[in-house]
Amino acid sequence: MGMAVTSDTMVDVNDLVVKYGDRTVLQDIDLQIHRGETFVILGGSGCGKSTLLRNLSGLMRPHSGRIAINGDDFTAMSDNERVAIRKKMGMCFQGSALFGSMTVGDNVALPLREHTKLEPSTIDIMVKIKLELVGLSGFEDYMPSELSGGMKKRAGLARAMAMDPDIIFYDEPSAGLDPIVAAGLDELIRKMQHTFALTSVVVTHEMESVKLIADRVCMLDKGRVIAIGTLEELQKVDHPFIEQFFERRPDAYGEDSADYHESLTGDTE
Amino acid sequence: MSAFVGYTGRLTLNGLHATLTVCVLMVDTLYWATVAPLRGQGFRLKNAVSQFVEFGAHSLPIVMLICFLIGAIMAMQSSYQLARFGAVHLVANLVGIAAMREFAPLMTAIIITGRSGSAITAEIGTMKVAEEIDALEVMGLNVTKFLVVPKFIGMLLAVPMVTLIAIATMIFGGFLTSAVVIGLDASSYITQTADALVFKDLVVGVTKSIFFAIVICWVGVYRGFQVYGGAEGVGKETTSSVVTSIFLIIVLDMIFTVFFYFV
Ligand SMILES: Nc1ncnc2c1ncn2[C@@H]1O[C@H](COP(=O)(O)OP(=O)(O)OP(=O)(O)O)[C@@H](O)[C@H]1O
Ligand SMILES: [Mg+2]
Repeated sequence: MGMAVTSDTMVDVNDLVVKYGDRTVLQDIDLQIHRGETFVILGGSGCGKSTLLRNLSGLMRPHSGRIAINGDDFTAMSDNERVAIRKKMGMCFQGSALFGSMTVGDNVALPLREHTKLEPSTIDIMVKIKLELVGLSGFEDYMPSELSGGMKKRAGLARAMAMDPDIIFYDEPSAGLDPIVAAGLDELIRKMQHTFALTSVVVTHEMESVKLIADRVCMLDKGRVIAIGTLEELQKVDHPFIEQFFERRPDAYGEDSADYHESLTGDTE
Repeated sequence: MSAFVGYTGRLTLNGLHATLTVCVLMVDTLYWATVAPLRGQGFRLKNAVSQFVEFGAHSLPIVMLICFLIGAIMAMQSSYQLARFGAVHLVANLVGIAAMREFAPLMTAIIITGRSGSAITAEIGTMKVAEEIDALEVMGLNVTKFLVVPKFIGMLLAVPMVTLIAIATMIFGGFLTSAVVIGLDASSYITQTADALVFKDLVVGVTKSIFFAIVICWVGVYRGFQVYGGAEGVGKETTSSVVTSIFLIIVLDMIFTVFFYFV
């Protein structure tokens, strides 16, 4: 781990501010994600991890700030201009988000059918390869509802990998899975990154998977980045929240949550 | 007082916002249904056909049953009244015109709203809740092209066609009742119907049904995208989709009836 920091930046975020209505959820986010690394976004529940991921993947437009992907200003693009970048982007959703009306095979084949002019027989082979990659060979004809939670996540990963993306986003890949399945998924994330030189951005709050997969970690708290670095570097940072997070201590400072609530709602009471 | 003003203000704003959203959706749908395929941006024909079958063919049994019964009911009710003026033979005119201009399009639209308008909202809403809409977007697939256009085309074809069959069934229901129960002469009933109906009646009925199709589809789609929260949200929007749709269909029917009354 601790991959050498290259100047090759895949994702460049500058002064990002995200609001839901009047409520500021993310503030002054500045970070760079390097090509080929696994970048983990850590933080407590509700601190804005999913929101950050939604902005990076273009599902949400930020209030202000700039996100560049591969050097292209993603935030300034129209939806049509984004399609080209999106073809090279994969996303694994928290709840897998497989299309319930299609078989697993059709789910994986969909982006290929829509974005390429490949022969159906070629697509079939590619679907088989992708499913094998995630350990689901033979499940082409299953419906998503017939899969277990862990299998759904794997199928979601196979679909995200369908177009051979350059960058892949994972939202809580191991949430709600037993430790063995979760470890299997971590291994899969690692394998994908190594085999395909994939830039991976992983949102999680499981320390165990962070130790396994992270090249660099970004710690979010109350909508701000409080530290970025390797896990070792972060563990040395002297910050009450980071220490608390790593030691799994419950909240002791109640007045801080009140501040947070205030900052979110603009409520001064 | 100020609460009332605030309430009406909010209601107006919400209404405006809804109208705006629906307009954007309409323009987008029309683009992806007409311009985009010509530009080679693709059209999901297979999907549109399967939606047409679902909205149209699968609703036929229930539409035909209900329309047959309504035809029969109209014949019975009107013969009762017309008999007092010795004009029982006019049952044919009444059933024929009412079926074609009014009740067949209306009943078809209401039944398809209940069957498919609700299904559209539930499908899109469930997809939204399960992040499937987001998944489409991340893949760079256009949601309008992918989800809305096939439904729109399917509905636009299904409702008028089912309406035509509904008209025939309703008239047949009236005919059978008149011939068997009321005891009118079958062949003169048929000539009486043929004389009563003009081409314009058919135009009125089909025109209405096309507009009803647009209402059913767009209310269903709009409500589906409005869903947030969980399964609860899906249920809420589905109910409101059916209510809104039926309300708009009846208002539209009223407007058409007034319009064609004078034209
Ligand atoms: N659609 C929305 N509308 C308004 N507020 C939202 C919306 N989605 C999220 N939020 C708020 O934004 C904040 C961040 O949410 P987010 O989902 O990004 O948190 P998270 O870090 O992913 O949490 P978790 O670990 O529980 O998934 C939360 O306070 C949440 O209440
Ligand atoms: Mg989250």
